[in-house]
Amino acid sequence: MPIKTVINAAGRSVPLKINGKSEVPFMGIGKYKPEGGKYSPPIPSCTDFPDDGNKVIISLEEALRKCGLRDGMTISTHHHLRDGDLVSNKVFELASDMGIKDLIWFPSASFPCNEPLIKYLDNGTINRIEGSMNGPLGRYVSEGRMKGTAVLRSHGGRVQAIQDGDVRIDIAVLAAPTADSFGNAKGTGGSSACGVLGYAKADYLYADKVIVVTDNLIDFPCFPMEIEGNYVDYVVVVDKIGVPEKIISGTTRITRSPDRLLIAELTASFLEKSGILKDGVSVQAGAGGTSLAIAVFIHEILKNNGWKSKFGFGGSTGYMVKMLEEGQMEFILDAQAFDLDSVKSAEHTTNHIPYSVFNAYNYHSKGNLTSMMDIMILGATEVDLNFNGNVVTHSDGYLLHGIGGWQNCLHARNVILPIPLFRDRIPVIVDEVTTLCGPGELIDVIITERGIAINPLRQDLIESVKESGLPLKTLRELKDEAESICGIPQKPQFEDKIVAVIKWVDGTVIDVVRKIKTP
Amino acid sequence: MNGSIAVTGYSGPKVRSDCEIILELRSEGEIVIDLTSKVKVLYGEAIKNLIAEVLEFFGLKHAFVKVNDSGALPFVIAARLESAVKQLVNTDLEYLPGMLKENWYSTVRDRFRFTRLYLPGNTPGLMINAGLHSADGIILDLEDSVAPERKSEARILVRNALRQINFYGAERMVRINQGEWGLEDLNYVIPHNVNLVLIPKCESVGDIKAVEKEIYRIKKEHKLKNNVFLMPIIESALGIENSFEIAQSSKNIVAIAIGLEDYTTDLGVSRTIEGNESFYARTRLVVAARAAGIQPIDSVFPDVADIEALKQNVKISKSLGFEGMGCIHPGQIQVIKKGFAPDEAEISKSKEIIIAFETGKLNGLGVVVLGSKMIDLPIVRRAQKIVSLAVSLGLLSESWMNDI
Repeated sequence: MPIKTVINAAGRSVPLKINGKSEVPFMGIGKYKPEGGKYSPPIPSCTDFPDDGNKVIISLEEALRKCGLRDGMTISTHHHLRDGDLVSNKVFELASDMGIKDLIWFPSASFPCNEPLIKYLDNGTINRIEGSMNGPLGRYVSEGRMKGTAVLRSHGGRVQAIQDGDVRIDIAVLAAPTADSFGNAKGTGGSSACGVLGYAKADYLYADKVIVVTDNLIDFPCFPMEIEGNYVDYVVVVDKIGVPEKIISGTTRITRSPDRLLIAELTASFLEKSGILKDGVSVQAGAGGTSLAIAVFIHEILKNNGWKSKFGFGGSTGYMVKMLEEGQMEFILDAQAFDLDSVKSAEHTTNHIPYSVFNAYNYHSKGNLTSMMDIMILGATEVDLNFNGNVVTHSDGYLLHGIGGWQNCLHARNVILPIPLFRDRIPVIVDEVTTLCGPGELIDVIITERGIAINPLRQDLIESVKESGLPLKTLRELKDEAESICGIPQKPQFEDKIVAVIKWVDGTVIDVVRKIKTP
Repeated sequence: MNGSIAVTGYSGPKVRSDCEIILELRSEGEIVIDLTSKVKVLYGEAIKNLIAEVLEFFGLKHAFVKVNDSGALPFVIAARLESAVKQLVNTDLEYLPGMLKENWYSTVRDRFRFTRLYLPGNTPGLMINAGLHSADGIILDLEDSVAPERKSEARILVRNALRQINFYGAERMVRINQGEWGLEDLNYVIPHNVNLVLIPKCESVGDIKAVEKEIYRIKKEHKLKNNVFLMPIIESALGIENSFEIAQSSKNIVAIAIGLEDYTTDLGVSRTIEGNESFYARTRLVVAARAAGIQPIDSVFPDVADIEALKQNVKISKSLGFEGMGCIHPGQIQVIKKGFAPDEAEISKSKEIIIAFETGKLNGLGVVVLGSKMIDLPIVRRAQKIVSLAVSLGLLSESWMNDI
């Protein structure tokens, strides 16, 4: 049966119904404003909960049973334990043993450690994943092997979907490094400390049932209460919720690649010469090697000029913490900690403040943190001649990454993408992005090792660096240069079947991913 | 035919921008290509077409080619395949990729040679972006950074790289091997616009003459016009003894370098950071170079991680009179450049000379005088070079003359 599609405001063909639900196609930036109220979970009554506040239950299996785990439910988890997570896979292993089918997994992100879930996709326990899909999971979906259609959302989009009721979480299973028997929980303390638990906020507030899983039960009260016990149904104590070395990398490291360092240097130079980098600036950069190198250069420039950044928004790393400690940054507002230095700082430093994506990135709220920010450093798998960006698929058409906070971050004042012109012969600048994740009008500057391209919509930036001596080129010139070195690439071939949809920050459908055609 | 299966190149999880080729020549049947590649979707067809084209070029009709590709650029795939063919078949044919028109630039004898980046001739991944790091010169190395069993492969790779990679104005250099093998190396590189040849382990004038003769012959055969300069590397006691004789043995020699690893081995001592053991050799080399009117060049600094020690080393090197160093990692380039760059005093002096010269021109003077000294053209030229280098390094504003 053919699926009805329309061409959305970005020129992409998208379906009107996904997984049996009606969807709104992308209408343009800021154009879609839904009506109605926020979603609410059922009203609980504390007569149904222990008077002594002790919600500890014997096992995760028992907790799932007591929560009424059934076919077709939506199960959510957070990703703060990163590649060291032991809880998510366990949930589906138990569900499979219980003979449950057609569950929807709704993680805030997935990691290579989730590869074993392919088993439960194959045997029907899981119908689909609504969340990111890395590596093997991405391949699985691209090959059309998942029963339902995958849905990819940004971090902020996930919060929007929960709050607006697009996704109704039946059971949220939330791993917590430290918790008390009432269900209050936090991200620090214990052997599986991960810093903060911001990605769990929407889940615990809006889910029907909430299970907290911990390996570090302490006496009441557990504070600060990143998860509030009044929203929690059960507390489960296990031996280990995660593998410590894989939760937090010991240290994050700046890139040692001379080519990436060159891009970082060029970026810092651009920020300085354009005047974007100045006293009181707010900054966000990721935790990738190049971003960290840029952070180091930014730190140096701030120091040399006696300037101070008002705040940095994390994913925090030791490099950001250094800026805080040495006086070049006033606040770190933090959504997640990437290394041990930042976990420690989150615990002990007053101006290192947990700031969940619940508030920072939700487009359907009364203000967006990212639009208040001056400098946003982001990556991309592809950029096209109209500055449109792709982060989820590679030029070979396979699903590779989740969106993360990328779409949310596009609303910053100056969005800068330092990317190599080509990666292992794969050109990064293309005619048309394989998958549209972010519209070009939001992307301001592309910085490659062979030149800088500024979006024509930013005449102010072009003016500011006209006499700077920086290597300014058009995207077309850069694309031609890459193709003269690598050759003109062929495009991947797809079948008609849609395997995944990409949502924009407001919940509308901006693009789709189709099944890879295997020869 | 010399056996029927050849293996060239590299594959593996850490390999980037290269490929492994297994070529089996058969006596019948069609060409079969088995391709595994990270970029199969984007360039699979193009890679297969290239392989078919190369095989046809060499007149091979029946073959099985297994390619394990990690994002190799076309000229690398062609080089690896040509090497495989030449392991099995005797032929003088060369499958030459196009020569970028930007790659025909020539060089001048006294250009600055503060930094020269060594690029192992068998590692294409390091070559592609080499020109972006602003070294004064790049050295495609056929000698010590290439394993003996890979030297044949490296020749073809370097040849193709000279044609297909844009080094953005860096001086195009090749370090050939010693002796007969090195003379044969020249045939693979000279026709493709090499600006300068480094002659390793040079010990006598005879070494220079042999290379020169071969270069002359190749230039004549290919009707090449651009200068091909020479830089002997002195790496032994005998070389040091003969250094002045070597330095002045040919007009084509523009610089002379010292190789401290082999030199200290020759003396039977360890190389130290303080460098006492090589102090004589280094200063002797500087003297020989100056006496012959060429640039003295110092050895590479092997500890890539220790930037502080490198800075110290450069300071001492400059104070001894050296005018440049080899680099083995792009991270060393800026440090070395800054170290050898002209200092305040030199820049000031150069500015004075230029002003005197310009004033002299304006006043229609035939001779330019600064203080009590006559300033002739080579001095003015050197001053102009120093000032323009100072500007490019950000030590002097471009409009300095207007600010006076």
